[in-house]
Amino acid sequence: MEKIVLPEIENFHQLDVYLQNGGYEAAKSAFKQTTDQIIDTVKKSGLRGRGGAAFSAGLKWSFMPKNNDKPKYLCVNGDESEPGSFKDRQILERNPHQLIEGTIIACYAIGAKSAYIYVRGEYHKWIKLLQKALDDAYEKGFVGEKMKETFATDFMCNIYVHKGAGAYICGEESALMNSIEGQRGYPRIKPPFPAQNGLWGNPTTINNVETITNIPPIIKKGWEWFSAIGEPKHPGTILFGVSGHVNNPGVFELPSGTLLTDIIYKYAGGVIGDKKIKCVIPGGSSMPPLRGDQLEGVKMDAESLKAVGSAIGTGGVMVMDEDTDLVRVLARIAKFYYHESCGQCTPCREGTGWMLKILNRIVRGEGTKKDIDLLVTIAKNIEGNTVCALGDAAAWPVKFMIERFRVEFEAIVKDEVSLEPKNKVHSMRKTANPIAPVQV
Amino acid sequence: MEFKFSEENLQKIEQILKKYPTKQAAVMPVLYIAQEQNGWISKEVMIETASVLEMNEEDVFGVATFYTMYHKKEMGKNHIQVCTNVSCMLRGGYQIYDAVKEKLGLDNGEVSTDKKFSLEEVECMGSCGTAPMIAVNEDYFENLDKEKALQILDSLN
Ligand SMILES: Cc1cc2nc3c(=O)[nH]c(=O)nc-3n(C[C@H](O)[C@H](O)[C@H](O)COP(=O)(O)O)c2cc1C
Ligand code: SF4
Ligand code: FES
Repeated sequence: MEKIVLPEIENFHQLDVYLQNGGYEAAKSAFKQTTDQIIDTVKKSGLRGRGGAAFSAGLKWSFMPKNNDKPKYLCVNGDESEPGSFKDRQILERNPHQLIEGTIIACYAIGAKSAYIYVRGEYHKWIKLLQKALDDAYEKGFVGEKMKETFATDFMCNIYVHKGAGAYICGEESALMNSIEGQRGYPRIKPPFPAQNGLWGNPTTINNVETITNIPPIIKKGWEWFSAIGEPKHPGTILFGVSGHVNNPGVFELPSGTLLTDIIYKYAGGVIGDKKIKCVIPGGSSMPPLRGDQLEGVKMDAESLKAVGSAIGTGGVMVMDEDTDLVRVLARIAKFYYHESCGQCTPCREGTGWMLKILNRIVRGEGTKKDIDLLVTIAKNIEGNTVCALGDAAAWPVKFMIERFRVEFEAIVKDEVSLEPKNKVHSMRKTANPIAPVQV
Repeated sequence: MEFKFSEENLQKIEQILKKYPTKQAAVMPVLYIAQEQNGWISKEVMIETASVLEMNEEDVFGVATFYTMYHKKEMGKNHIQVCTNVSCMLRGGYQIYDAVKEKLGLDNGEVSTDKKFSLEEVECMGSCGTAPMIAVNEDYFENLDKEKALQILDSLN
């Protein structure tokens, strides 16, 4: 199987090796086409975003206003902080030039003269590797003022690396833009959408690192070639990062639509100790978990996963064997979202804290059956009621874990405790909320 | 304690400012430079950063406190970060975290009295496929178990 994003060529990260293998040829040919032609090719290729929402990349580009004098921007999202996701790091390490070349082509297509590649701050090493590749590309005249000469075009763009500083929420596209502007990473209310009002109020496109890395091969080999790979509705290869209880964890580049069971058993070496699978989260911690008995025949692409009640997310496959304590897993996931909530909206800020508090109580063996229903109620009250999708990301695991693994929770909660207060409490009014504020 | 950017760092800041259309946008990289020079982000650092970037002090405070990688107190020479998120947890992340806590005698966020170590329980670091992991300052150590993690601590000075 051909690798598009992570070719198995030694030292491919080095500029000379990249050039020997046709590097920066796609950019060369892109500059001979009109921007509409490029956008059309990307649209027809069927490439969908690899950052979580699987939105059509070409369509997103086409939203950028044309006859408009405002500066335009491209943000490349390498924040990669969703638990279970570790794929973009591979691109930064092993194929940074294809990412840079894709960034150049995307800038040309949408008319951006500046691009920011936002990489999470913890990736010190990978930021250095990317910066080195970028410096080389500048030096050889593939980026910046000199590219006009190199590519015989009057277009030029600059590419900058922006280092995050430890905030998952900055992966959310509007928080990411605020972060680049030098503000706290608070998501913005949409609309307006970034294509109208993005970085510094200007038209902006945000794409994931893997999405952009797919662009040069599409330009070089054509949309027909790309759209024929994998599942027609979500074509191309996907970087699947497999972690948890498997013998051979890692990142595997496979055609979309590859069977989930093949990913686990054929590529990731099966479950440690040949145990059975209890649960798989197929796309990073925000995505609805699947039971072991739901995996048969499940294909890994956006539509197929939706059909079985989950989502492709970042393609981070987390495998949990039959002995896993899912209540503890869910409590850990809840802790993450509580920690990462930016605190702007009440349902998310308060709800993530309540869910964590209740789950911790259940883990300690002090939960009641009512707590289980309460968790679901809170999750449903967060979902859809927040500024950004972190609210949903926090709600889904709770809602679906309980829906699909209820027995696990029931097994460790106590039966109903008497709600009769021991000492009579005289209250003038009903308390609005049955749960006390969270103390941390 | 008073804080002024070194001459060399002021030059670095000049270069950084070229990347952005506004001065404020440079606040994150400039705070990194300040942290490298000063070891942590003190109130004086924030005030000086605000002055260099012509920003409101509140806005610099807001940014410095929002992001976890800016240390608001002096950390250990070896800042130990242990990931306990799910993929690490499934492969023994908490065993490592507990062992490190015990060995260093530190709880989350604490600094040893000799300032040699500080400890932080961190969220997913992007090493799920090579879990469990710890990071020491800027370096990742992966595919660990309890013994290997403790050996790493022993090797630090
Ligand atoms: C809380 C949250 C965190 C996110 N983190 C990331 C991330 O780390 N990387 C990423 O590419 N997209 C992330 N996204 C999705 C982005 O908002 C955006 O949809 C994506 O970068 C668009 O790129 P794509 O269309 O190429 O997938 C996140 C979304 C949310 C709500
Ligand atoms: S949903 Fe949560 S993370 Fe998103 S804006 Fe609201 S409070 Fe912040
Ligand atoms: S869960 Fe520890 S690195 Fe991802």
